[in-house]
Amino acid sequence: MCLAIPGEIVEILGDDPLTRVARVRFGGVVKEASLAYVPEAKPGDYVLVHAGFALQTVDEEEARRTLELFEQLEQAQQEGGP
Amino acid sequence: MKHLDEYRDAARVRALAAELQRAAARPWRLMEICGGQTHAILRFGLDQLVPPGLELVHGPGCPVCVTPLELIDKAIELALRPGVVLASFGDMLRVPGSKTDLLSARARGARVAPVYSPLDAVRLAEGRPGEQVVFFAVGFETTVPGVALALRQARQRNVRNFSILSAHVLVPPALRAILGAPDNRIQGVLAAGHVCTVEGYEDYEPIARQYGVPIVVTGFEPADLLLGMLMCVRQLEAGRAEVENQYSRAVRREGNPAARALVREIFEPVDRRWRGIGMIPRSGLKLRPEWADFDAELRFELATGHVEESDVCISGLVLQGAKRPTECPAFACECTPEHPLGAPMVSGEGACAAYYRYGRKHA
Repeated sequence: MCLAIPGEIVEILGDDPLTRVARVRFGGVVKEASLAYVPEAKPGDYVLVHAGFALQTVDEEEARRTLELFEQLEQAQQEGGP
Repeated sequence: MKHLDEYRDAARVRALAAELQRAAARPWRLMEICGGQTHAILRFGLDQLVPPGLELVHGPGCPVCVTPLELIDKAIELALRPGVVLASFGDMLRVPGSKTDLLSARARGARVAPVYSPLDAVRLAEGRPGEQVVFFAVGFETTVPGVALALRQARQRNVRNFSILSAHVLVPPALRAILGAPDNRIQGVLAAGHVCTVEGYEDYEPIARQYGVPIVVTGFEPADLLLGMLMCVRQLEAGRAEVENQYSRAVRREGNPAARALVREIFEPVDRRWRGIGMIPRSGLKLRPEWADFDAELRFELATGHVEESDVCISGLVLQGAKRPTECPAFACECTPEHPLGAPMVSGEGACAAYYRYGRKHA
């Protein structure tokens, strides 16, 4: 029910804030999603889509930091042995 | 797929599990609130990767499972009325009410339309001006903004044959009820990441302080979940009880202000009964008086009879994290996804369905 999937905005349709939608690519599938709650989103951005609505734009900088943290932990593991 | 595959890498998951093993010097008991996280934990076998002393308790975060019997019965009653079409997310169709479910009612002539988005229900109403379309509005904070926007569009376009039956529920009041129970055993909490994309996590800060429990906002992929557990365990080992955000690529502290504003313009909190748990104060949402013309409970006079749960099913205890699905005498014999006794065996997010589907059939 709370499943939300990240997808890439390939096109934005309309300019009324209430009815603006984007065509969002999830792997090989493209679906429409409302942009009413992420008015700043633009083509190329990744958005989290739930039940036909983009709920949030994925913050690329924060994603990069999380991946860096993973890499540090993996490095520590390798150095620390099993 | 970007923003998914990086969090499913097997070597990464193993490294995180090893780090968790190293961090957990003592046994701890964590609750993941969200049913989607419960399914991910079992699907990816994370329950078999965590240290033996780390117990994962499954929370009540399955809105389908906690929708009270009487609301399901009302939805079925509406669907059976002439001139009414009940639009619903597909998850609700097989959930048993007191006598039947929506899918069986549809076989008897009830008009039930599965929809992907609440906006589809508004379009359905626009296309059938001679009929009433009622949207069965089930879901946590993640789902409410979509329903709020559907209502705003319906009002703007003067779609007068659209209304909603609200079964919306809120996480923080339920979390307070669990952590405040006299026999509470939960020592740390993984908060549901997608609920927090909308609502943020300010509301969790006083809860962490009051109950002395660390709360980590956590995503849904295997690496997200293990990192959330690791952050929670590190807090517990250090004697801290704060709110931290593992899922920062999707969640800001303030959530999504535009969504929150519209939700508050249209809905207000109400006491709500949770199936299997009971009444939790101000844990549901109902339409504000200025939006009451869209309230199906006011538009249609609906019967409110007393309804009884199955006396075999222990879903209430499962939803509170007090028992595991495998501790139910009916699990995997009388009660299966094909013949469910309780909602957690039906729902795609129910703990019983997750244990059954992923082969955890023994206590």
